[in-house]
Amino acid sequence: MARVILHSDANSFYASCELVYRPALRGLPMAVCGSTEERHGIVLTATREAKARGVRTAMVNWEARRTCPELIIVPPDYPLYIYFSKRLREMYDSYTDRVEPFGLDECWLDISGPTTTMNDGVRLAAELRRRAKEELGITLSVGVSWNKPYAKLGSDMKKPDATVLLSRDNYRQAVFPCPAEDMIGVGYRTGAKLRSRAIHTLGDLAACPPEYMQKWLGKIGVILQRYAAGDDTSPVMPSGMETVVKSVGNSITAPKDMLTLEDVHCVMFIVAESVAARLREMGMRGRCISLGVRSADMHCFSAQNTVDFNTAQAEDIVSTATEIFTKKGYANILPLRSLGVSVTSLESDKRPVQMDLLGSALRREKSNAASRAVDDIRRRFGARAIERGIALLDADYNAINPKEDHVIHPLGFLRS
Amino acid sequence: MIEQFAEKIFITVLALTKPDGSIVPLRILWEDGRRWDIDRVLDVRPGVARKAGGEGIRFLCRISGHEKELWFSHGRWFVEGKSTQN
Repeated sequence: MARVILHSDANSFYASCELVYRPALRGLPMAVCGSTEERHGIVLTATREAKARGVRTAMVNWEARRTCPELIIVPPDYPLYIYFSKRLREMYDSYTDRVEPFGLDECWLDISGPTTTMNDGVRLAAELRRRAKEELGITLSVGVSWNKPYAKLGSDMKKPDATVLLSRDNYRQAVFPCPAEDMIGVGYRTGAKLRSRAIHTLGDLAACPPEYMQKWLGKIGVILQRYAAGDDTSPVMPSGMETVVKSVGNSITAPKDMLTLEDVHCVMFIVAESVAARLREMGMRGRCISLGVRSADMHCFSAQNTVDFNTAQAEDIVSTATEIFTKKGYANILPLRSLGVSVTSLESDKRPVQMDLLGSALRREKSNAASRAVDDIRRRFGARAIERGIALLDADYNAINPKEDHVIHPLGFLRS
Repeated sequence: MIEQFAEKIFITVLALTKPDGSIVPLRILWEDGRRWDIDRVLDVRPGVARKAGGEGIRFLCRISGHEKELWFSHGRWFVEGKSTQN
């Protein structure tokens, strides 16, 4: 039985949602951007009209405005996008129970059945597009194929409001000439690596012997080769089986650049505290802590470190992050613009803890209890009811509320 | 394509809620005291209000011989006012 898989991608999703509610902006260059005041200001989504004038996703606000002076900038309204995403999801769910979301605006649908053909996939794609347009006012690009990576590739090929079929009959002509970067999982770095060995197109990648890829890039290499060749067999997850959380992290662009180690320490505490609070809220703890920094001139660095106990404590996160910071010499790239920490290798905090002779596990248990008490005070009396002394050092940093203004990112696709 | 725009007018609607949760609008109460009975609901489905902006459940109704669209959106009813061209 051949599989029939659709990948549906809502075109310029955030901007499309806004246009449904602001019809007067239709046809104008518009972009949904993070707010300028807090310097989060980057283009999150741009309309086609804005893209045609050179505005790109992730451009800084002023850069976008310089490229396109008549650009209309709209602040993001996440509850609205989540609402639209839910409505889309309900629509997909009415056709199949195998719907796997990828971020807010993308979904895979598996409609394989004993008698389903690729033509049924194309028909459904047309129906989804019609319904999304009529019922929600947004357009979809849908890729139809027999595997997930090709379906995704297809949905990226034609925009807006289009269906692309990549079947066994046409995939060689349609997929193989595409640049390798078009494949999900091949980013900028991997693309450069592939090019260094004369692998430019997906056809080149598909033709690589798996043993060669394994030797060169390891497991990921083999996965990517399979993606390119159309040999991927990973299933579309049934609805309600969404991947469990694998990491909890947060990053903030500080209201002003961090100039000194003290500034860094202060911001690190604010971020770590929000991450720790979220971990506790979810009943998780983790042992792998990573730190990412971005310097004022936009260079990014990140590194991680695994500790030998699981934690959901801001102090532990900060001490490990500080260790990384010192070891990697990030002090040399001050001033910093933004900083983020995340915790991975998570486990449930209901799991029993191995005690040790020196009593450090016991001490951690005590500080856990203290944190829970603080959480409780904040829940009852507000986030500002109890604060760390370090947060009072600088009023500007203290104004950050990282726990509440978190952003939604799609989960990573490559899972080992 | 010439885009048409219209004002979004939130209105008072007298409606019936059936045991299965479905809603039937019966009468529109206009702000100035005028009222119109809805003779018949011709079509109910999710839909976009292209001219006024917004989306919700779109009720296509017959009101004294005319077809008129009503939207029920996030707990409120609205209609599109007179169109203007931009």
